[in-house]
Amino acid sequence: MIVAEGVSKSYGGTLVVDNVSITLPQKGITSIIGPNGAGKSTMLSIVSRLLGMDSGAVTVDGMDVTKTPSDVLAKRLSILRQDNHMSARLTVHDLVSFGRYPYSKGRLTIEDKDHIERALDYLNLTELSGRFLDELSGGQRQRAFVAMVLCQDTDYVLLDEPLNNLDMKHAMSMMKLMQKACRELGKTVVLVLHDINFASWYSDYIIAMRDGKVRRHGTTSQIITPEALKDIYDMDINVHEIGGHRVSLFYD
Amino acid sequence: MRLLVLAIVATLGLALVSLFIGVSNVSIGTLLSGSQEGRAMQVMLVSRIPRTLAILLAGSSLAIAGLVMQIIVRNRFVEPSTAGTTEAASLGFLVVTLFAPAWPLFGKMMVAALFALAGTALFLRILRFVPLRDVLLVPLVGIMLGGVIGAITSFFAYRFNLLPSLLAWSMGDFSGVLRGRYELLWFGLAATVLAYIAADRFTVAGMGQDFTTNLGLNYKRVMTLGLIIVSIVSAVVLVSVGSIPFLGLIVPNVVSLMIGDNMRQTVPWVAVLGAAFVLACDIIGRLIRFPYEVPISVVVGVIGSGLFLYLLLRKRHNAA
Repeated sequence: MIVAEGVSKSYGGTLVVDNVSITLPQKGITSIIGPNGAGKSTMLSIVSRLLGMDSGAVTVDGMDVTKTPSDVLAKRLSILRQDNHMSARLTVHDLVSFGRYPYSKGRLTIEDKDHIERALDYLNLTELSGRFLDELSGGQRQRAFVAMVLCQDTDYVLLDEPLNNLDMKHAMSMMKLMQKACRELGKTVVLVLHDINFASWYSDYIIAMRDGKVRRHGTTSQIITPEALKDIYDMDINVHEIGGHRVSLFYD
Repeated sequence: MRLLVLAIVATLGLALVSLFIGVSNVSIGTLLSGSQEGRAMQVMLVSRIPRTLAILLAGSSLAIAGLVMQIIVRNRFVEPSTAGTTEAASLGFLVVTLFAPAWPLFGKMMVAALFALAGTALFLRILRFVPLRDVLLVPLVGIMLGGVIGAITSFFAYRFNLLPSLLAWSMGDFSGVLRGRYELLWFGLAATVLAYIAADRFTVAGMGQDFTTNLGLNYKRVMTLGLIIVSIVSAVVLVSVGSIPFLGLIVPNVVSLMIGDNMRQTVPWVAVLGAAFVLACDIIGRLIRFPYEVPISVVVGVIGSGLFLYLLLRKRHNAA
């Protein structure tokens, strides 16, 4: 379980995350939504110890993220940020095998190799495994990074805007894949999303942030309502129900 | 793998050739016959073998230093001589020569290494304030920093009548290598081995801080290790044979194009090709107007700048 208590963080005098306390539900997909500058990505970075906090505490399965050795956390929680404008020329296979680094420290066992093959297979990358990352399309590269994170085999998978740079088809298959990973592998996936329809369609739980605070949190049916969305985004949004899913129309 | 073995054999072949080039008459025949009271053997042991070893060690470790530097800065166009490192080491060497001329070379080297460390750290600090959108801006900043440090060094060297020595350090040259005057270069080999041991860490660090932290590695520690490797190599090569430009730039880039950036695979290649490149340039420099020598830094500079331009223009096409 991931628990944040009284987390605050400011950059140069601006409070970006303001006294946030929240418990993320176990298993399934949790989406963090909210307008730009709401502190979503910052919050995700703090939870995954990429960024220090000014005050407060975050625990993952009872382990304080600021005090637990980083390599211990790396077996429980993985984080993929969007800034992978990487310069290194690695093959897909090499990239994915680094997902095993927390376990093997570079010396791959048979079990590690098994994990690598499975992760490649899970994301349909087996055929591309010998290709260099800089030879792939944006969508393929994104899949390779997700494969690496899955190969890390952590209970918690945190993804910061994983749908950026993906077209509709790839965005959809990415979300379906996350759903599949939750169901089949029992993962807890936490995503920062901008598209509230993707959040609505695929999430089990939604956390809405605004101005560095958690404005609302609850199940999809609690958050995807005109009043809640008005409160979060300050705009009038129509919500329609189609086949048991809620779809928001915000085009004016 | 088989290619790598082939490259090693070819390099050793070049090394063997290098042993038999020079003004004194040294050949297998004179070595075995022991004519002139074993003079040939003496030349071999005192001059030729040390020189060839110095070339192999300096070449491989400088190329490795370039590779590590590129990982630390996350930019393909930096190496110790385009990041202020070499110039800082040179300043350190000047300072210690002024204030403690009696120190053993090892002590002077350590001071130079400390200056190199500080210079590189300063470079990294400056980079934080520079928008890094343009890959070519980074080496430019480094060259400017190197220029500033170099100017300070020249000023004091001029004031204290040490300009000739300064010129000697900044112009890499293997002609002065004799037994007893190159052994510090073995530290370069140690640095290469260290880079190989930590290869996975460096590869991971090359993917960025967040990526590294996610895998449970301490990014700062990897950076520090890299800085130490780069500084030691720069200082050791500078005080032993003088600086050799471009080497750390060309070899890692060529290897990256060949086999990518997984350091577990690239470190041996970079080391071997670095040694082979310097060896070839040294042989050219010794043959081009035999019996005189063209300093290695000139030969490497000419060939290297050509290759560097090629890499730059090629990159420009692929970027965007």
